[in-house]
Amino acid sequence: MEFLNAVFVAPFLDIADSPVFFAEVVIGGLMSGVMYSLVALGFVLIFKASGVFNYAQGAMVLFAALTLVGAMEKGAPLWLALLIALGVMVALAFAVERFMLRKLINQEGIILFMATIGLNFVLEGAGQIAFGSDVKRLDVGLPDNSFEVGGILFNTFDLSAAFIGAAMVTTLALFFQFTPMGRALRAVADDHQAALSVGIPLKTIWVVVWSVAGAVALVAGIMWGAKAGVQFSLVLIALKALPVLILGGFTSVPGAIVGGLIIGVGEKVAEVYWGPTFGGAIEGWFAYMLALAFLLFRPQGLFGEKIIERV
Amino acid sequence: MATTATKDNEEAGVLTGAGPLLSVNNIEVIYDHVILVLKGVSLDVPEGNIVALLGANGAGKTTTLKAISNLLGAERGEVTKGSIHYQGQRVDALTPNDLVKRGVIQVMEGRHCFEHLTVEENLLTGAYTREDGRANVAQSLEKVYHYFPRLKERRSSQAGYTSGGEQQMTAIGRALMANPKMILLDEPSMGLAPQLVEEIFEIVHKLNKDEGVSFLLAEQNTTVALRFADYGYILENGRVVMDGEGSKLLENEDVKEFYLGLSSGGRRSFRDVKHYRRRKRWL
Repeated sequence: MEFLNAVFVAPFLDIADSPVFFAEVVIGGLMSGVMYSLVALGFVLIFKASGVFNYAQGAMVLFAALTLVGAMEKGAPLWLALLIALGVMVALAFAVERFMLRKLINQEGIILFMATIGLNFVLEGAGQIAFGSDVKRLDVGLPDNSFEVGGILFNTFDLSAAFIGAAMVTTLALFFQFTPMGRALRAVADDHQAALSVGIPLKTIWVVVWSVAGAVALVAGIMWGAKAGVQFSLVLIALKALPVLILGGFTSVPGAIVGGLIIGVGEKVAEVYWGPTFGGAIEGWFAYMLALAFLLFRPQGLFGEKIIERV
Repeated sequence: MATTATKDNEEAGVLTGAGPLLSVNNIEVIYDHVILVLKGVSLDVPEGNIVALLGANGAGKTTTLKAISNLLGAERGEVTKGSIHYQGQRVDALTPNDLVKRGVIQVMEGRHCFEHLTVEENLLTGAYTREDGRANVAQSLEKVYHYFPRLKERRSSQAGYTSGGEQQMTAIGRALMANPKMILLDEPSMGLAPQLVEEIFEIVHKLNKDEGVSFLLAEQNTTVALRFADYGYILENGRVVMDGEGSKLLENEDVKEFYLGLSSGGRRSFRDVKHYRRRKRWL
């Protein structure tokens, strides 16, 4: 009885008791949700265009951040370091197409997935050989202080992260919806063979997709790096992207965003209000439980492409 | 249009001595390094013609078309013998992208529309290789809508939710957007009502007459295909067993008997058929 009360009644009484605190928790959750979305986006882009689940996305985030920090340590100003890091990610896209995807053309999705696990190790290793394995501080000059609106505390760093995330998503959505290249990318995602038959060269498409995913990884790397330091554990945030993808759908850019926000808010709220009942630290597994529930009841996710079936 | 066509002919002529637009010479195709599918197929498509490729399931029609458009590579098939010439130049090593740029495009069997794109977006993907500017592409789009008024009505529907006939029209329209000289059309009648089949073939005929597009079409619906085709080839087991002008093939007793199901007298036994075919020249 006491347990039921703690699960179904008490948390809601708490929420009603102090709505301002609740709002603060929700906003905190939204902010970390944006960060999850940024990582999930990289997965969605590659999955959409090639049907490959890119296990190395987390390593790409780390690699991009390491390159940026490395360039800055060598004395490059921020803008130059950004350009260098972006250049390295594009070069990586070319290399992946040339040495990995081209050799594996027409293989099963699972084989490509295994190849990305290999890529994951190569990137982790190469990043650490080149830049060392110390935790590095990344300061990109985003303001980090707080202000209050109506009794709710806002953090300027989180706000700028949210803003950058929103800007990037809008750009990507416009790119996919309205440019010939974006249209070609969606066409490839729908039907490789038909795309080939109308003369869309898959090699070019792959380079473009991996470059865009690299750029997204760079942005995610900057935000996470500035928040938590550039370190090996950045690779692990890729694991957090997985429930986001299951929630939002593997093929949907808006899904990655909304999924990220739901996971972010969900785990914060759950931690604060339900955490004590379960002995705390439910933030760590809440996202996966949510993902499991979705897999049972709505496997294509909230926004995943419906499988069109005509009878 | 007519003048440019003859000019192209002349250019090709300089290279080869005035050959057909497309010429396939004795090609052999092997899938997965072991499965021999085409055992020496030769055919010509003269400029401005509709040529039909007929035969039963598994005869090698689709493989022939894919060998020409070079989509075989994506299915682990390869042309191991023979050569393919287009406008007098060897094209068997080109990518599909290069071929589309040169004016050869395939409409695949089973339509293969991009399901999640709208009809109009589907059409626009066909213009991916065009480099002559937006205005010209918009003009082509209007042209496609002129030939397929139905597509204009459905332009903003997701292609996956349109009817089979509309999808076939979308697929043909999409190929037209590339400004092709030649369309390889695979089984346009598949799964469509007879009336729609007729409609689609009428449009193919019009495109051929008005736009000067040459067609190589693979069909199981022999009657309809031969009515519209200038020339026909009949494939069996990866070989051409018979060829001739469309109208002549339509009159041919054996074609009537074995492909049109029209019998002139008593039914002949299957053994006679085999015997008859063995005497035919293999090309």
